[in-house]
Amino acid sequence: MTEYVNQGSKDTRSGFGEALLELGRKNPEVVALCADLIGSLKMDAFAHEFPERFIQVGIAEANMISIAAGLTIGGKIPFTGTFANFSTGRVYDQIRQSVAYSNKNVKICASHAGLTLGEDGATHQNLEDIGMMKMLPNMTVINPCDFNQTRAATIAIASHTGPVYLRFGRPKWPNFTSPSQEFVIGKALMLNEGKDVSVFATGHMVWNALLACKILEEQGISAEVIDLHTIKPLDEAAVLASVVKTGCVVTAEEHMRNGGLGDSIAQLLSGKHPAPVEMVAVNDTFGESGKPEELLKKYGLDVPDIVAAALKAIARKS
Amino acid sequence: MLSIQELENIASQVRRDIIRMVNGASSGHPGGPLGSADFLVALYFKIMKPDPKQFSMNGVGEDLFFLSNGHLSAGWYSVLARYGYFNTSELATFRKLGTRLQGHPATHEGLPGIRMSSGSLGQGLSVAIGAALAKKMNHDEHLVYCLMGDGELQEGQNWEALMFAAGKKVDNLIAVVDYNGVQIDGPNDKVLPLGDLQAKFEAFDWTVLTMYGNDMTEVVDNMKKAQWYTGQGKPVMIVMRTHMGSGVDFMTDNHEWHGVFPTDEQAKAALAQLAETLGDY
Repeated sequence: MTEYVNQGSKDTRSGFGEALLELGRKNPEVVALCADLIGSLKMDAFAHEFPERFIQVGIAEANMISIAAGLTIGGKIPFTGTFANFSTGRVYDQIRQSVAYSNKNVKICASHAGLTLGEDGATHQNLEDIGMMKMLPNMTVINPCDFNQTRAATIAIASHTGPVYLRFGRPKWPNFTSPSQEFVIGKALMLNEGKDVSVFATGHMVWNALLACKILEEQGISAEVIDLHTIKPLDEAAVLASVVKTGCVVTAEEHMRNGGLGDSIAQLLSGKHPAPVEMVAVNDTFGESGKPEELLKKYGLDVPDIVAAALKAIARKS
Repeated sequence: MLSIQELENIASQVRRDIIRMVNGASSGHPGGPLGSADFLVALYFKIMKPDPKQFSMNGVGEDLFFLSNGHLSAGWYSVLARYGYFNTSELATFRKLGTRLQGHPATHEGLPGIRMSSGSLGQGLSVAIGAALAKKMNHDEHLVYCLMGDGELQEGQNWEALMFAAGKKVDNLIAVVDYNGVQIDGPNDKVLPLGDLQAKFEAFDWTVLTMYGNDMTEVVDNMKKAQWYTGQGKPVMIVMRTHMGSGVDFMTDNHEWHGVFPTDEQAKAALAQLAETLGDY
């Protein structure tokens, strides 16, 4: 299989912070807002260099989202920053009415998504955000896999006109994609071509999918691994082309089954190319406190879980 | 320059439009728009005077208005049409399938004059703050206005916005509360008392004015006064006393007319009390 080298683990949120600073230098219309989490969101550098374009709103996320929507009237490109939990569920109606329905150019940037938030526990481990955001018309939903990709995605969404939900995380995680990559919204990234099973992964789970692919290869199984960093709009052509070739699917994401990437793929395939789908995702339960790796193991999102899902999907092929 | 009498004539026609629109749609909210008609007419025709032919979403170089209590849509649509944003004949499509005049204001259908959807309450003040901040960043000295309902103040987001605007010195913003004292389930005091609004806004460090919103002279004078208070480090709030249903005796101060449409007979009785000054649509 194609070899991927970890260039040194880094947190995806730092990729966001670095790109935000670069955007600030390039584009005077870029404005950033934060709800009392500057350090956690890595927005310090932007806030320091562009105080006149940085808005600290305090612990008032509803106000932040609506202010961001108002800023677009005047041509600004606002990037809001807080945890995934406070970026979605807490402000769903504000996003729905003032961002999505009104089709405003707001970039909702959410850190600490998923189980890998770790010790803070279920109150902060949002596992429903992709579902909530993808249901909104006009909304683009992006979940990059590593530091480099988060950096590239942050740059890319500034040039896209319309609402975007950008999801990233807290832990240091293997950084393996190209530092000079061009991020194309809605374009799947082929990581390893295979013929026996398609593994569609998003976010942190992409690295785990690559590790699983290696184990499968040792067992004589050729797994195709595709990074679906953009969940909406889904790269339907890439998904279908892969499944036509392999005939079965594993999806992997740090999210609930309900409403996640697997759900989008199953919906696509049921209409256009029915095939066995095994979902590696959290199954209708809240998380809990623990270390990221412990949580991924306990909730069935570890590398062996992807391997097992692949074997099961292959076995279900008729 | 329009005289007070001319403004009052426009307001009378707007009130006729409201009755005819809500009756024509067999749905909608007549009470609130009737009560705030004088304010909206004064705001567009005397205070903001935007160029309706140059409408742009960004609104750079002109005053902006946001309607937070979107259920007052009938009155706003009438004022926008009478001011020249679109043909008054379109008012007949209010709330009907395919219309640009949605039940609550929307940008989705591209109606000129509208920059933000509203209807889910409590969000308009925050949006207006965002637009006001953008004006400051753009060195655009025009003002931002926002109309809110009184019952709407029960939504907590307003108090986030009130704290923010004062704390961050958003002093190019004039917010107006349509204080008619009633909401859909009854008087504010019975549903959830608002307390001393003026004292609350002052405690939040806003400049606070009060006015009676169903007297055109008082509205124009106080809006000018509010403009004078902008640019002095504080946002400006006007607590505007109004009568829900103002202009139609059997609707005045009656919360049952919050969201009920008049029958043909009731509409006829209401229209008999309102002079047709500019010609019905």
